[in-house]
Amino acid sequence: MKAAVVVFPGSNCDRDLAVALEAVTGTAPAMVWHRDTELPDGLDLIALPGGFSHGDYLRSGAMAARAPIMRAVADAAARGVAVLGVCNGFQVLTEAGLLPGALMRNAGLDFVCRDVELTVANAQTIFSARYDDGETIRIPVAHHDGNYVADAATLDRLEGEGRVVFRYSGPVNGSARDIAGIVNDTGNVLGLMPHPERLIEAAQGGTDGRRMFEGLLAALG
Amino acid sequence: MKARVTVNLKSGVLDPQGRATHHALTGLGFAGVNDVRIGKVIELDLADGTTPAAVDDMCRQLLANTVIESFRVEMLP
Repeated sequence: MKAAVVVFPGSNCDRDLAVALEAVTGTAPAMVWHRDTELPDGLDLIALPGGFSHGDYLRSGAMAARAPIMRAVADAAARGVAVLGVCNGFQVLTEAGLLPGALMRNAGLDFVCRDVELTVANAQTIFSARYDDGETIRIPVAHHDGNYVADAATLDRLEGEGRVVFRYSGPVNGSARDIAGIVNDTGNVLGLMPHPERLIEAAQGGTDGRRMFEGLLAALG
Repeated sequence: MKARVTVNLKSGVLDPQGRATHHALTGLGFAGVNDVRIGKVIELDLADGTTPAAVDDMCRQLLANTVIESFRVEMLP
């Protein structure tokens, strides 16, 4: 599996993602700077990391979504390349229009930084194939703007099409319908607020995150 | 010339900051505040001749997220 991690000014989980990808796939991903205009050839996966790109100025992910590299990311996504956006990466994907909806300030206004329980709502995606439908997993979150918002018609469509992949098992940030992660209509772009790359080894307190990358490796080769 | 862009959350979009501020105003004893909504004002210093259509384009492409926000543009001398 050939992967790349996009690095924006203010990304702070880019190296965590790189370590997780290398641990699972055996190959270090390419690190791509946001001002680059081209991605490496033959990519199977593009990962957008967590962090506070451009200081979250204007809106979380707003500036990063307009970075030069994002045109190449959108083109690759349209060709079917898998794209994984974690936390700020999810915010960037919604700002770029690659996923519907928006991520607003947490309903409680607090920065939430703790392990949360997630319910796997759809285990039939390339990102969730190593989980079981309805399974409860535990993954950490660390965000201020994770409150997923979309209009009712969009939420109905996401749910009806099985595009809600992960839900919070209990209240976390006020997200509509407890949405923690969604895929696009072709199933190759996932955005989620929790950080699977932080649970790769038992020494980190669990390996529930590792299974996402194992599933991607199995699906993408 | 200048333009003033006012960005607000669309009606129906929950505004946690507005709600917390409303709560605080009530706590200070200000009665009769029915609701608080928080937006932002963006002032643009523009080259003469910049058209309202161009500013509108700036809003749609970056300054506002039209999924959740509405915007209003005032062109100033």
